[in-house]
Amino acid sequence: MSKTPSPAARASAGLADRLPRWLVPNLTGVHLVAIFIALLLIGLLLVPVAQVMIVAFQDPATGAATLQNFVDFFRTSLFRESFWNSFYVSAMSVVVATAIALPLAYITTRFHFSGSILIQSLGFIPLIMPPFVGAVAMQLIFGRNGTVNLLLRDWFGFDIPFMEGLNGVILVQSIHYFPFILINLSASLRNIDRSMEEAAQNLGSHGLRLFRRIVFPLAMPGYIAGAALVFIKVFDDLGTPLLLNVNNMLAPQAFLRISSIGISDPMGYVISVILVVFSVMSLWASFLFMRGKEYATVQKGGGGMAKRSLKPAEKVLAYGAVIFILLLVLSPHIGLLLLSFGTIWSFAPLPDGYTLQNYVTMWEGSKTFIMNTVLYAGIAATLDVIIGTAIAYIVLRTQIFGRKGLDYLATAALAVPGVVLGIGYLRTFHAIDVPFTDKPMASWWVIIALALMIRRLPYALRACTAALQQVSHALEEAAESLGATKRRSIQKIVIPLMTGGILAGFVTSFATAAVELSATIMLVSSNNDAPLAYGIYLFMQTPSGRGAGAALGIVAVIVVAIGTIASQIIIERDKKLKSSGDAH
Amino acid sequence: MKKILYSSIAATALSAGGALADGKITVITSFPDSMTGPIEAAFEAAHPEFDLEVLNKKTSAGVKYIQEIAGKNTADIFWASAPDAFEVLKSSDLLAGVEIKSEGIPERIGAYPLNDPDGKYFGFAGAGYGIMWNERYLKANDLEPATEWEQLAQAKYHGHVGMSAPSRSGTTHLTVETLLQGEGWDKGWAQWKRIAGNFSTVTERSFGVPDGVNTGNFGLGIVIDFFGFSSKASGFPVDFAYPTVTALVPANVAVVNNAPNEAGAVAFIEYLLTPEGQSVLLDPAIMRLPINPATYENAPEGFPNPFEDSTIGATVEFDVEKSGARYNLVNSMFDVMITYRLADLRAAVGAIQAAEAAHVDSGNEEAKALITEAWALIDANPIDEAKSLDPEFAGVFTKKRKKATDEVEARQAEVEQEWDATVVANYAKAKELADKAAAM
Repeated sequence: MSKTPSPAARASAGLADRLPRWLVPNLTGVHLVAIFIALLLIGLLLVPVAQVMIVAFQDPATGAATLQNFVDFFRTSLFRESFWNSFYVSAMSVVVATAIALPLAYITTRFHFSGSILIQSLGFIPLIMPPFVGAVAMQLIFGRNGTVNLLLRDWFGFDIPFMEGLNGVILVQSIHYFPFILINLSASLRNIDRSMEEAAQNLGSHGLRLFRRIVFPLAMPGYIAGAALVFIKVFDDLGTPLLLNVNNMLAPQAFLRISSIGISDPMGYVISVILVVFSVMSLWASFLFMRGKEYATVQKGGGGMAKRSLKPAEKVLAYGAVIFILLLVLSPHIGLLLLSFGTIWSFAPLPDGYTLQNYVTMWEGSKTFIMNTVLYAGIAATLDVIIGTAIAYIVLRTQIFGRKGLDYLATAALAVPGVVLGIGYLRTFHAIDVPFTDKPMASWWVIIALALMIRRLPYALRACTAALQQVSHALEEAAESLGATKRRSIQKIVIPLMTGGILAGFVTSFATAAVELSATIMLVSSNNDAPLAYGIYLFMQTPSGRGAGAALGIVAVIVVAIGTIASQIIIERDKKLKSSGDAH
Repeated sequence: MKKILYSSIAATALSAGGALADGKITVITSFPDSMTGPIEAAFEAAHPEFDLEVLNKKTSAGVKYIQEIAGKNTADIFWASAPDAFEVLKSSDLLAGVEIKSEGIPERIGAYPLNDPDGKYFGFAGAGYGIMWNERYLKANDLEPATEWEQLAQAKYHGHVGMSAPSRSGTTHLTVETLLQGEGWDKGWAQWKRIAGNFSTVTERSFGVPDGVNTGNFGLGIVIDFFGFSSKASGFPVDFAYPTVTALVPANVAVVNNAPNEAGAVAFIEYLLTPEGQSVLLDPAIMRLPINPATYENAPEGFPNPFEDSTIGATVEFDVEKSGARYNLVNSMFDVMITYRLADLRAAVGAIQAAEAAHVDSGNEEAKALITEAWALIDANPIDEAKSLDPEFAGVFTKKRKKATDEVEARQAEVEQEWDATVVANYAKAKELADKAAAM
């Protein structure tokens, strides 16, 4: 886009025009933004992570540079097995998550279905529970001696190993991360140009064939974006396997080796490098898959697929499916709710008794946690969508050198285990003081917000990219040919059309940042600065604190759920406005 | 965006000004809120001039944190159970030598010296390891509580036991090392592997064990005493017993080197050792053994008193130096042989137990020989005790080069892969032999 400077830029050039060209590089606003973002990512992601990762390339005995550690990695059968397990769990989680998300997304966008908004919001809720809390609740419901198995054993004399080994990880991860697919897929389905579908119908296609050949392929950008996120998140998620005590996967192996007392085995760092490389490769594969395909639709006002009403029999089937799925994905919340009102819950299908005491205990000690969480996650998510939109625009609409690099760099944050980022921040920022105080930067709360921002940037970025991918270039060209400047066409055309995606990105970032633990646990330097997930963790460390921890978990769910539902309502209203405008 | 940044800088500058009041003592601890809370309240009531700022981290994360911030230390006190964690900090010169005044505190608890001989860290409470069980779970599975380690290896407990890994939890490390020292290296490891053959799971955190027993996820857990006492005090249907072979060890507290508020840190430790400070340990949510014998006069009925009941923790004379010399090596061995290969080990031990049950009084000598051979494969150790104490070999697992010229011969990954291959082959062979014996 920088080939021909806009009239405004030319007018303000003045002195620069008379200087030799190489002295004043032709930088437009977009270039400056790109450079600023690049510096931000290098300073907050690359440098801290490099500080930690360099250990992987050092000979532990001499400190000299070496690749021997990687040879050791592939020679060790435990690591090969861990690698395979991680891969298997990630792939299966994508499959199971798709099975959960696809019916919900399709039914709610395709048919007149009362409570669509509610389902879309409820479906989102699993994401906003800290994974370790989810695992605790799932153990209570589905565990070896959880509610379901105790009842099954009493009534039928058998049980199902839902939570044994890798099964448990797959189940918890699918339930936890399927909203990534749901959100992105629903957004894509809503944006499908109705005329495509009508054309297919005119040509005689209907039912499953219509879905398989027309609807699903058109929704691909959203699905792939969601599935890639699920795959990578599961691949390097730490909390869930750790809480289910599954050690033979890569991320837990890295964590166990890095965080053991006194051990400075380089293997943990080697695994971190491998996690990063593998995740970046998976993302690249998903880009390759999408390349050369045109998904943009010209008619944004099309309002998505034609909606139709369900026949009574279909209605029963659809409600049955939706209720079953919701019950499954909300089971951690049901478990948590019972735990928060329960007295003692031990080897029994339900708690022994019910009380409000847990909420009283919780309320006495956790107001700061809640305020801090809203503050940190708010800052992180706001910065995320701003930077995410900018990067998406730079990548998809400009020719700036290294623009793909920005995307990869921002996305690589996905592959950095939270603990590694946490240690890296401590190493990088401990020696620097906060301006005007003599406190080290590493113990300043803003660092926590920035760490969250980096950790959650990939989510916002994926959402913004998918949204922008569906905005046809022709719309901007039309605006520009009518005399709008680049800046104006971005402001008036591109961003408004992306609103849904940006909001989805904000909510995803906010909600998941609100429950993040792995990076913050390294960075919290005083309980006054601690966010909510840390508070739950503290409560859950004692036999008497489990109920109170669960109560705090419920508060977390409610706080984020309100935000989510509010943004869903905004999206729906936005959509209605557009389609009513279209009707006139 | 800039506005947000500026206002946040201003806000922090203000809050920092308030928070850096003279009396602030920053404490890094692995102890839960339910324990630090009452002690903090009691201390601040007794010393209103100080403000205790408690920061909860897992022991290993706490050690790492203090190491990372050492260049510009902001912590005053490190407060945790495991003496080994203090040894790690002491060896990297991160603990300050201070003088603590106290009265009526004995030299030892059980057979264990209370304080670091170099005066870098101090015991303030005692703890012993034992077995905790869930009454409902045992009743539903028709089991008796096990009160000795070797009972846990019995076939009837197969799949009912839980424990944490020593590499994850400093207190668990002590349990493992205590048995190794109490029973001898080879016999100790054999016993651990036979017990581990009955494991339902190896939990990632030490609290995962009482949590698993409390919820009834597994029936019996190997835990530190206060987890048992405080779970019981919170109303869970659980109980706890000390086996004969156990060590009482102190939970410790130390002043961090270059502490911003060293005077406050010393005042806090001295308070912990006063009769008032000690009596807070008997709070139902804490339930740790006070180290001031006089405090036991106020203890609830049935609370163990190691200063009178000499059977608790007296059997094993815990050798800290021996433990320290092979600290990481023992962790690594446990992980390679048990944590990471639990499924293989459990399958093998289960098969042998089934074969034994099939031949209790069959008189089939050939089958008995196969079973003995299979047990020998489970019991086999990759290295002997002498090698475990060889500083050069143990050095592979620490890799802390003292000087740039120091060379360590083998690499940890190499050694572990070698062990892993042996262990996996042994377990597979043991299962094969046991299956063969069972089929006879």
